[in-house]
Amino acid sequence: MGLTSSSVGSGAKNADGSLSRGENTRLIALAGNPNVGKSTLFNALTGMRQHTGNWPGKTVGSAYGTLRREGQNWIFADIPGTYSLMARSAEEAVARDLLLFGEADAVVVVCDATCLRRNLNLVLQILEICGDVIVCVNLLDEAARKGVSVNLEALSGLLGVPVLGMSAGRGSGIDALIPVLEQFKGVQPRSFCCSCEIERSIRPLIDYFDAYRPPLPPRWLAARVCEGDGSLMDSLHRHMGMDLDDEELCQARDAALSNLGELGIDSQRLSDISAQGISDSAGNICTQVISKIPRGTAREGKIDLLLTHKIWGWVAMLLLLAGALWLTISGANYPSQLLSRALFSLGDMLNSALTALGLPAWLTSLLCEGVYKTVAWVVAVMLPPMAIFFPLFTLMEDVGFLPRVAFNLDGFFKRCAACGKQSLTMCMGFGCNAAGVIGCRIIDSPRERLIAILTNSFVPCNGRFPTMIALITIFFAGNGAMSSIRSAVILTVLIVLGVAMTLACSKLLSCTILSGVPSSFTLELPPYRRPKVGEVIVRSIFDRTLFVLVRALKAAAPAGLIIWLLANVSLGGETILARCCELLDPAARLIGMDGAILLAFIVGIPANEIVIPVMLMCYLSGGSLMDYGSIAQLRGILLANGWSSVTALCVLIFSLMHWPCATTLMTIKKESGSLGYTVLAAALPTVCGIVLCALVNFAAHMLF
Amino acid sequence: MPPVNTLSSLKCGSGAIVSALNTAGAMRRRLMDIGFAPGSPVRALFRSCSGDPVAYLIHDTVIALRSEDAAGILIESAAEP
Repeated sequence: MGLTSSSVGSGAKNADGSLSRGENTRLIALAGNPNVGKSTLFNALTGMRQHTGNWPGKTVGSAYGTLRREGQNWIFADIPGTYSLMARSAEEAVARDLLLFGEADAVVVVCDATCLRRNLNLVLQILEICGDVIVCVNLLDEAARKGVSVNLEALSGLLGVPVLGMSAGRGSGIDALIPVLEQFKGVQPRSFCCSCEIERSIRPLIDYFDAYRPPLPPRWLAARVCEGDGSLMDSLHRHMGMDLDDEELCQARDAALSNLGELGIDSQRLSDISAQGISDSAGNICTQVISKIPRGTAREGKIDLLLTHKIWGWVAMLLLLAGALWLTISGANYPSQLLSRALFSLGDMLNSALTALGLPAWLTSLLCEGVYKTVAWVVAVMLPPMAIFFPLFTLMEDVGFLPRVAFNLDGFFKRCAACGKQSLTMCMGFGCNAAGVIGCRIIDSPRERLIAILTNSFVPCNGRFPTMIALITIFFAGNGAMSSIRSAVILTVLIVLGVAMTLACSKLLSCTILSGVPSSFTLELPPYRRPKVGEVIVRSIFDRTLFVLVRALKAAAPAGLIIWLLANVSLGGETILARCCELLDPAARLIGMDGAILLAFIVGIPANEIVIPVMLMCYLSGGSLMDYGSIAQLRGILLANGWSSVTALCVLIFSLMHWPCATTLMTIKKESGSLGYTVLAAALPTVCGIVLCALVNFAAHMLF
Repeated sequence: MPPVNTLSSLKCGSGAIVSALNTAGAMRRRLMDIGFAPGSPVRALFRSCSGDPVAYLIHDTVIALRSEDAAGILIESAAEP
């Protein structure tokens, strides 16, 4: 759910977007391991609202933000988290390239004080390529609770660069960063792993690079060329114009490799030596700067034992999902009614005002019945559930629950030869499938990433959620105190069906066009963190809910206009809308729906939120225009147009499984770089939806 | 010589020391970068609901590995459990 106004709005510039740097402007890169609080620091510095969450991989693209202070302009780049400069996934390659070639004036490496050793690994790797480094040891408060204290002065002495301590979540220590940046002077890059012997062996390559005056230390480049990391070599070629087939380079590399060979060192051994050198240095530094009072983390351990228990783990996960949905459904019901009543009486007032102004009747009708009612419907039905579900979901995200879900589901994804991190991208899909598709960058293997992209829309996004909630409430929930619980259970079952279809299609894809074995993967389970409840609620309502709502309204207003025109312009005695519905009707009947429903799904391509309003317009255009302000009236309209429980079930299934919205499709095109895969991403859920609906319809006809 | 043990055979709740890595390429480097460098103490914590992966405590971080990947990490018994 990373799609927010700030991450795609005008305030943020993408990594591949142009970034103009005027005079007197310094670019500062914020780097660090995943989930150490880079985005929190970034937001505190720039006043921006890059969304943060307690799981690794939250920031996928890089965001840029500015700060102006005492005549000095600063640009901060929030780089995706990475464990190492030796990238494995697409997002890590972005991080690595920004650090290597981003021409930052300084790199602020954010570290997690609770696991400093692993964080120092990256610090040392960065110190090998650039000396303009400031280390921020974050989460000191969390470390203190665990009985860990860090001697920052000693650390600074050992690293040779400034070290700051902070607890960015509470805002402490952040102010100290700017003064340090202002007076900052970098040091020379240094090496932590080259022995004299190795350096002598790779001398030919070092000399070769020395002559070219590259932006990176020649010794570092020489070692990497000998290790032969393919993706890094591509980047060197792209950003430095390094010709990998240059005869002189090849000769120098062969000479270096044969020198190494005499020492009994091959590419892999060389990589090991550098990794081990860095790891040992990090370990040494840690023993000197960290003092630890052992304290049990018994409570956390117990929660994880419960959440990952063979039986109770599933129960707990399902209960949490159903509970969140129940709160959403029962909480949204009443505000939804209030809103629709208010908006529709406002609509009546608008109608009489426009008539009083002397507007022609057709124009008044166009504005009120077409544009206004569609927009009002979207607001009334979408806003309350989103305003409840988003904060609830953000809370789960902040606590650190999502990586546990990925951990628990991974066994299934492995059997489907897919990546366990796919569950994280599915969780993002709950917010918005386009965001989920972008989130697939956290998956290392290109094959598994494609599988995750192609199957992401099996998770209902917030555009489809409220539609499904409304239909479940009308047809399946019944009355009484249990109705919202029943709705929540039904919705949970549908979501589990979506997850099952994701797994089935992942399996299908990895047996056919995307065949392969599951690749290795590592998943970090972050410690549970207490969420900042107030902030979560405010931010998720303002940044996400309103952003998504505005986007839906932008699609709803023109769609309302077009549908009104289609419903009111006649060709040969019949409105265009009626003709379209008739045309689609036979096909739609086969899958348990009717022409108007199918047309609504097709018109709903720009945004799924408008499916029900468009459908209602189709129904109401023919005869009397009744008000569809409340759920009860909606039920009346649908029943009058021949809906049965089977129709509702088919529409529910089709909502869950049909083509993704236009934004998602464009994102898929961009992320996969292939029109073919984009078409497949639309066809896959559509075919599944059609087959399932046809089966349900057929079974219903057999039974009743 | 004692039989060679891999991390995948480590029982949940017990600890060991990483002795060597038996994987190649990018994953080998990744494992070292996240802390599975030879000499590091490691402890198996808990198993996923679906049977695999297992969560390991390594250098104060919890990292989940699938059994195939854990099988590529050789361990020796820790001096103290």
